[in-house]
Amino acid sequence: MHADVLAGLAQGLRRLGSTVTGGVSKLGYASRFLLAVLWHSPQAFRRIQLTLREIYFAGVLSLVIILMSGMFVGMVLSLQGYETLKRYGADEQLGILVALALVRELGPVIAGLLFASRAGSAITAEIGLMKTTEQLTAMEMMAVDPLARVIAPRFWGGVISLPLLAALFSAFGIFGGYVVGVRLIGIDDGAFWGQMQAGVDFWPDVTNGIIKSVVFAVAVSLIAVFEGYDSKPTAEGVSTATTRTVVISSLAILALDFVMTVFMFRGAGT
Amino acid sequence: MSRSAIDLWVGIFVAIGLGAIVFLALKVGNLLTLDNAPGYRLEARFDNIGGLKLRAPVKAAGVVVGRVESVRLDPKTYEAVVSLRIDREFQFTKDTIASINTSGLLGEVYIGLDAGGDVALLKDGERIAKTQSAMVVEKLISQFLFDKAAEGGGQKK
Repeated sequence: MHADVLAGLAQGLRRLGSTVTGGVSKLGYASRFLLAVLWHSPQAFRRIQLTLREIYFAGVLSLVIILMSGMFVGMVLSLQGYETLKRYGADEQLGILVALALVRELGPVIAGLLFASRAGSAITAEIGLMKTTEQLTAMEMMAVDPLARVIAPRFWGGVISLPLLAALFSAFGIFGGYVVGVRLIGIDDGAFWGQMQAGVDFWPDVTNGIIKSVVFAVAVSLIAVFEGYDSKPTAEGVSTATTRTVVISSLAILALDFVMTVFMFRGAGT
Repeated sequence: MSRSAIDLWVGIFVAIGLGAIVFLALKVGNLLTLDNAPGYRLEARFDNIGGLKLRAPVKAAGVVVGRVESVRLDPKTYEAVVSLRIDREFQFTKDTIASINTSGLLGEVYIGLDAGGDVALLKDGERIAKTQSAMVVEKLISQFLFDKAAEGGGQKK
């Protein structure tokens, strides 16, 4: 009886220990992997066509979902913001509310989440399948480094695409907010843009949004290529890796966003 | 998909992406309009600037004519020295009064300029002599209460 309890306890502890060490060593592997990708990047840039192709798949093909979501988010923000601001007679401040929310937070974060599910999962599945069908091994046999030929172009394709997509998301969101606020609700056109321009500054607000989107781009792209490269070479392994990409990238985006917001906007005044 | 078609689409994508950043900078963030417009500097000293912040607007008759560029404290006189950057197209007379106002009850704090009738104009770097400090609501309330108390005391006698 006692032996059973002790054995159960020991097994539980062993499992906890192996989960922790497994996680930490995976983090170490991912860091080493990032350095290897960066090391092979110049080699990949010499064949820039590969990276352009990945920008096409990750960026251009994500345009529709990003632009549509941006419009709708901006429109909803405008409607909800108006309902609240109206109570204080501050409905002309709607432009500031929509622009600041999109530029500081929603643009980078939602574009990052959509990008992780739309493009990140595709990258992981593609690399995972290449690994399963032993294409990566075949490349190594032909003295082609898969890091330079397959991984680095996909990594840089994501890093370049996401900041542009986030900026487009914010721009279309503001346009959506304009359509609802000015055309539908009837806020004064000049007040909408004027208040926005008075309340949004390029240096702290817009640039911090761009910095956020660049950080998210590096995080999502790294997680996507790493999970694909690290996946088990089976059908199940690829599907697990794809799911993990979406889950880990989403958590990483939200956690990084909190950390960066603490540093960027705390104590910055109005 | 052929190589040139991919190049074209990536080119379009990067162009509109950069276009969105330029839109955010110019139309939303107002990067260039007043900052780089040619302007000149005026200085004004206040006993109390209230909630005045950097880049707060400077208005004449309600029209924005410039921005607050810097705020510092004179260590000798304990006055706030506010440096204003005014658009070059607006000139103000020597007897202009600068006052710190609030738009509405909760609105932003701005500096109002009321031009006088003098013929001579303020030049770059000159100081606005006549200023009116910010109204501090707490002081107004306490003054009002003290006045009331004093009245009450007078009636008892």
